[in-house]
Amino acid sequence: MSRFAEIVRRDLRLALRQGSDSVMVVTFFVLTVVLFPFGIGPEANILARVAPGVLWVTALLASMLSLDRLFQADYEDGSLELLVLTPTPLELVVVAKVAAHWLTTGLPLLAAAPLLAVLLNLDGQGFAALLVTMLIGTPILSLVGAIGAALVLGARRGGVLVSLLILPLYVPVLIFGVGAIDAAIQGLAMRAHLLILAGILVAALPLAPWATSAALRQALE
Amino acid sequence: MHRFANPARFLRLANVALPWLAALAVLSLAAGLYLALFDSPPDYQQGDTVRIMYIHVPSAWMGMFCYTAMAAFSAMALIWKHPLADLLARATAPIGAAFTLICLVTGSLWGKPMWGTWWAWDARLTSMLILFFLYLGYMALANAFDDPGRGARASAILALVGFVNVPVIKWSVDWWNTLHQPASVIKMGGPAIDKSMLIPLLLMALGFQAYYFVVLILRARAEIAAAKIGTIRMAQVHAAGQGD
Repeated sequence: MSRFAEIVRRDLRLALRQGSDSVMVVTFFVLTVVLFPFGIGPEANILARVAPGVLWVTALLASMLSLDRLFQADYEDGSLELLVLTPTPLELVVVAKVAAHWLTTGLPLLAAAPLLAVLLNLDGQGFAALLVTMLIGTPILSLVGAIGAALVLGARRGGVLVSLLILPLYVPVLIFGVGAIDAAIQGLAMRAHLLILAGILVAALPLAPWATSAALRQALE
Repeated sequence: MHRFANPARFLRLANVALPWLAALAVLSLAAGLYLALFDSPPDYQQGDTVRIMYIHVPSAWMGMFCYTAMAAFSAMALIWKHPLADLLARATAPIGAAFTLICLVTGSLWGKPMWGTWWAWDARLTSMLILFFLYLGYMALANAFDDPGRGARASAILALVGFVNVPVIKWSVDWWNTLHQPASVIKMGGPAIDKSMLIPLLLMALGFQAYYFVVLILRARAEIAAAKIGTIRMAQVHAAGQGD
């Protein structure tokens, strides 16, 4: 467990000292969301209608854009090989790195979302749902994204490729995330959507690190 | 199964099976198409447009079957490191992608007269579209590395990860009550479709299945030949280098 905490601390320290990464992710999120009122017009009721979808799609893209720093730098400078060689199970190393990734991208996105929801005129009843779905959903994005990030290590045009691999797998998160917010706004029960989202998280938590470790091992073979 | 992991033994068996499979594909497709287009009754509601079903449904089955086969071959390649399994998985991907695309296109053509729209964001249509993207991602990843072995291993893992989508497609019409009709052939209590339509449908499915194996064998043969040519070239380069 102490090794787990050490890897999380190392990745957080790297992210904070290199500075701009988290800020860039949030800036991308804010700027892209702000584009929508220009694109579809400033009518409040239209923006309120599309707000859940816009927020979720942009959060998903922002989270995907930061995936390359999950393993790429470690792969290039060789520290990934050392992490694989440590006695700590590789799966645990992956969970630690994913946790650090979530703390530096998912959490800032979660913090920025309510402010952007105000800009998009999201219905008041949707705020709690937005926060809860993003709290459950963004860790799934990091977990599933880690598989893609590990698979494209050393590939040509890895950045574009990762979007092709990962976006189809992100679709369920998007569907149930937006579904829960829409249900909350219309005054319907959002429990079913949240339970499915939580179910995806519970399934992804052991399975995604497993697949990611397999991908990392074959990348370093 | 391990017996057939030897490419030479596989080729011998495949060469024997190929003409039979090709004949089966041609015969069942010819009979199926005749029955489907001329000798089956039009639907009492849909009229003649129901005949799109005889292409649409088998290609949907094949789209899912090919992904399942690809995932199974990928698992074999990862577990037992059979190069032949890798090759078969990679050869299956474009065939499956083509079947999925046919399914989406015919579905769209069928949807226009029936639902009044080319496309609906319904659970089954969406999950089938995702399946198509998974095939594209698989093929892109397999070709993204300078070292082909690396691409094969990475894409095998991706095929297994993407397999979660196949059960979602199968049961999407039961889980979400949407525009696409629920299963009517493979379900509890026997098929809910008349024999005059079921027989041509199953014949078409058989033909599609045989066609898949024919194309798979042809592609696998070409890949094995390409690998042999590569080895011969390398040997020639090596020999020339030593001669100097």
